[in-house]
Amino acid sequence: MNPTRRWWLDPLFWSAGLLLALTFGMSHLGPLFHALFPEQERPLYEQASFPALVLAHVWIVGVSSAIAVILGCSAGLFVTRETGRDFRPLLETVVAIGQTFPPVAVLAVAVPLIGFGPAPALIALALYGLLPIVQSTIAGLESVPPPSLEAARGLGMSRRQLLWQVELPLALPVILAGVRTSVIINIGTAAIASTVGTPTLGSPIIVGLSGFNTAYIVEGALLVGLLAVVTDLAFERLMIRSQPWRLTPHNRPITSASPASAQMDRGRI
Amino acid sequence: MIQFEQVGKRFGDFVAVDNLSLRLADGEFTVLIGPSGSGKSTTLKMINRLVEHDQGRILFAGQEIRSFREEDLRRRMGYAIQSIGLFPHWTVAQNIATVPALLKWPKARVAARVEELLHLLGLPPAEFSRRYPHQLSGGQQQRVGVARALAADPEVLLMDEPFGALDPVTRSALQTEIARIHQVSGKAIVLVTHDIDEALLLADRIVMLDRGRVVQDGTPRQILLEPASDFVTSFVGRSEVGLKLLALDQVASRMRQDQHIEGPAITGTATLREALSALIANRTEQLPVVDEHGHTIGSIHVADLLDIAA
Repeated sequence: MNPTRRWWLDPLFWSAGLLLALTFGMSHLGPLFHALFPEQERPLYEQASFPALVLAHVWIVGVSSAIAVILGCSAGLFVTRETGRDFRPLLETVVAIGQTFPPVAVLAVAVPLIGFGPAPALIALALYGLLPIVQSTIAGLESVPPPSLEAARGLGMSRRQLLWQVELPLALPVILAGVRTSVIINIGTAAIASTVGTPTLGSPIIVGLSGFNTAYIVEGALLVGLLAVVTDLAFERLMIRSQPWRLTPHNRPITSASPASAQMDRGRI
Repeated sequence: MIQFEQVGKRFGDFVAVDNLSLRLADGEFTVLIGPSGSGKSTTLKMINRLVEHDQGRILFAGQEIRSFREEDLRRRMGYAIQSIGLFPHWTVAQNIATVPALLKWPKARVAARVEELLHLLGLPPAEFSRRYPHQLSGGQQQRVGVARALAADPEVLLMDEPFGALDPVTRSALQTEIARIHQVSGKAIVLVTHDIDEALLLADRIVMLDRGRVVQDGTPRQILLEPASDFVTSFVGRSEVGLKLLALDQVASRMRQDQHIEGPAITGTATLREALSALIANRTEQLPVVDEHGHTIGSIHVADLLDIAA
């Protein structure tokens, strides 16, 4: 990506603008939805304001992703250390199960145990988002060139200095790629939190589904989709910023979570 | 400076280093040489505790190395390795400043030191200090690696096959460079290699290892003229001992100063081996010798080359 690109050519600018416009302007689009869905008496979702729903959605995604990042990065870090190496297969299995277990099923199990509200949704979403973060943390830390590690130790870095000055900065772009995947999935999945009484952008979708009101579904889905696009573009920007050393001619920053790019990077120095 | 007392190291059943006693003097350029598996790298890495010895004692500046904090010990020793291991996310200047930064030198002192080292290693600061490692050639990367090892003015420089991965031209340039650095800094250097020519060229003293034991410990001349065993002779290369002896001395040391002759010239700083090669290539018994400015200063005769034991 060219950092000097004009702002009016920037997809992030336009998608963010569109997201804001729809969030605050959806309630003025009554005539449009009437025209699109003439069979509906009330084609505009009005049980909660759209700005409030977007905010609630962002909140639940933010909190559950933060939990997933903290847990996932710590776990990934632990199993790449000397003491935690033996736990790596176990962790990978557990996390993979967390990913295959449908969040709806987690909700079904969690709600009877801890009741309605955001807590079961946060647990389900955090569990579901762990896998890409754990995998990318491990891949990122393993992509650090071994000669750099040997040199760092030989020159007298302590383990902590090694981690903060060498390993984490070099692993960061790969870790961010995993967080990006996790958060994007999370934005879509978070809609199910509305089934257990937490308002999100899933609320109009679920009400629309149960009431056969396609207009509500479109309104919710449109905002969820835009939110995901904006977040994705923002992460792309963040990832490029996290690797200034690759922003030189004949070099390409890591922008996806593919392990191939981490491998390529390993061979570079 | 560094002293090994009956040091041993095993990896499982494999004896890497066996009852090694060795004293490395201040300012000496010591080369540890041997075939792979001889324990030369292990010996080097035991000095900065990247490998912990399990028998005997290793002393640094008079104290057992385990009495130092690992990091403190290593910051007092420079370390350069074959795979270089520059930090890809740091610029050349940041890489060189690694140890000074760990030692919390003031910024101005670090900057001045980095500049000094870039000059010393022949990398103009204006061009190189802000580059990232991947923007350098292999030889330039190893120059930065050596500069990084020298940055905090360590008491000893440890080098593990530092030039092994470089092409012959770059390698020979860096060998000359490190010999010059040794000369001007007077630092003790311990270098591991399996290349006998590199050892003969650089070493004040060669320690030859085989299966974890010292088979010979002496000057390059002693290794060539008084090999302690068949192993040493064959490692040096039986058929090339004479040529390697010639490579130890410069033309200027055998030059006749009174005779000025015509013909293709050779410089006084060339080795006698190069002189022999030039004599043969030119099918002549004598060649004029010139100084670095091209002025004739004498001549070298093929008969003078024979006087090698003197």
